[in-house]
Amino acid sequence: MSATLAPPPAAASDASADEPALQTRALRVWYGASLALRDVDLDVPRHRITALIGPSGCGKSTLLRCFNRMNDLVPDARVEGDVRFDGVSIVGPKVDAVTLRRRVGMVFQKPNPFPKSIYNNIAWGARINGYRGDMDELVERSLRRAALWDEVREKLHRSGLDLSGGQQQRLCIARTLAVEPEVILMDEPCSALDPISTARVEDLMEDLKDDYTIVIVTHNMQQARRVSDVTACLMPDVEAGGGRRTGVLVEVSPTDVLFTNPVDPRTEAYITGRVG
Amino acid sequence: MPPPLANTTPDAPLLDPDDPWRGQSRLSAVAEFVAPILLALCGLVTVLTTLGILAVLVVQSVEFFAAAGIGVGDFLFGLELRPGARPPRFGVLPLVWGTFLIAFGASCVALPIGLLSAIYLSEYAPRGVRAVLKPTLELLAGVPSIVYGYLALLLVTPALKAALEPLGLRVDHFNAVSACLVVGMMIVPSVSSLSEDVLSAVPQGLREAAYGLGATKFEVSTRIVLPAGLSGVAAAFILAVGRAVGETMAVVLAAGTMARFTLNPLTSVETMTTYIIQVVGGEASYGSPKYLSLFAVGLTLFAITLALNVLSNLVLRRYREVYR
Repeated sequence: MSATLAPPPAAASDASADEPALQTRALRVWYGASLALRDVDLDVPRHRITALIGPSGCGKSTLLRCFNRMNDLVPDARVEGDVRFDGVSIVGPKVDAVTLRRRVGMVFQKPNPFPKSIYNNIAWGARINGYRGDMDELVERSLRRAALWDEVREKLHRSGLDLSGGQQQRLCIARTLAVEPEVILMDEPCSALDPISTARVEDLMEDLKDDYTIVIVTHNMQQARRVSDVTACLMPDVEAGGGRRTGVLVEVSPTDVLFTNPVDPRTEAYITGRVG
Repeated sequence: MPPPLANTTPDAPLLDPDDPWRGQSRLSAVAEFVAPILLALCGLVTVLTTLGILAVLVVQSVEFFAAAGIGVGDFLFGLELRPGARPPRFGVLPLVWGTFLIAFGASCVALPIGLLSAIYLSEYAPRGVRAVLKPTLELLAGVPSIVYGYLALLLVTPALKAALEPLGLRVDHFNAVSACLVVGMMIVPSVSSLSEDVLSAVPQGLREAAYGLGATKFEVSTRIVLPAGLSGVAAAFILAVGRAVGETMAVVLAAGTMARFTLNPLTSVETMTTYIIQVVGGEASYGSPKYLSLFAVGLTLFAITLALNVLSNLVLRRYREVYR
């Protein structure tokens, strides 16, 4: 079931800086009998921001959720083909999805802090992963990294739900950073936020990309243009799916190229607003 | 200043015979008028019933205190219940104790089983299993309580005897333990069904967030979902305890009717409800203090279950506020 990738990884930990952080080959995702994503071959470069764009129902989020095995939570989802993280396949029952998810963190569309204190929102992930270091220090470091510390330092023991939407989303980012992942997946992280909060999250992403590989799903093409280095455009392919929409990857290019000089006519139609 | 509005009283009748839009039918206008009254009356029935019951209980209780010549304090804090003695003693505490013993014991059975099965149903069970198991569990709530009483008498008590008497423990034919066991089983569906609703209602986003941080299913279930739904689970539990407190038939068959303070659950006890049954079924003459005492006991029971229901609602309201 796994397509071979060349060259085969000698040792996962020796992943060089040039090697893509995430790769998919011949990736197909099924939800029950309907094919949601077909034949995706994508390389996600390390320490860059990769944007996944495309109209609704094109499989952007489905693709994103392959990178941390989140599709496992959907009862009848099935993944075929190969997905590699640092050159190691993460498809199939032998992969420890729990360990993978600590290394590939995720930020969701709707801010979803736990109904716990701000402090415990950050500390929770570290505790379950057996963190033995100085928890106060980790909480402060994570909140500072997410540009939230100055706003919450006086109220760390108030509920995370008392924060504004934008602050909640930065709290969720801080919570993800606290378990020290290598990759951060963001599923439309700003779609529930106002423009000022959105700008703050975008600044934060820019700041984080030196240390993390970021993949962001966005409906907002301006956002993809502003923040990403590489953009992948997905489109629903209606004919192939027998009436159901099946997502296909139509183009991957450096962001400035994709938005100024797209190769595929479908990409051009989408970014000029004629489709989707 | 804007010009005055023109008089818009129509010259022609509103209904043009050629207009295909005939407007509301006359019947719907009647329904619009009658429906709220009818619905309000139906709603009122329950309120009036409650108030009526309360009124009867209060009036008869006052009569009881007059007839028995005892004060409210003697009743509420009296340690002896001997209506046949001279002078008769009407202390309600032995009944409160019996009720508490049964409710506590039943909780010890129902809380773990109900809660764990709720967690299983909401977090672990595959959809097919859940579709079968949940209705089956709720079916358990439909079994008449007297059947549970027989179960205690014919199955649980003999089993207890077989298990404990070789160890030198005397098991009475009527005993509190078997009442606790069957009443506990009886209220498991209340705990599990309501708890399961509450746990399932915990937003999926919280589970995904926890999984995304590298949590295992057990960690997500016990450290995110359960705490998030805890007040709902508590409300379910309090409601179930209320049922255990009010349960009669199963208890009378399992635990008998011996009003006393005992820490030994292998002997017979009497609860408030079983006392009422005993008095009604006995030879106490109408209007006698013994007969009237059942209203005072009923009022006490009413107050306790009402308090439990109010408490449950308060807890549940707090839970709803978390995800407003």
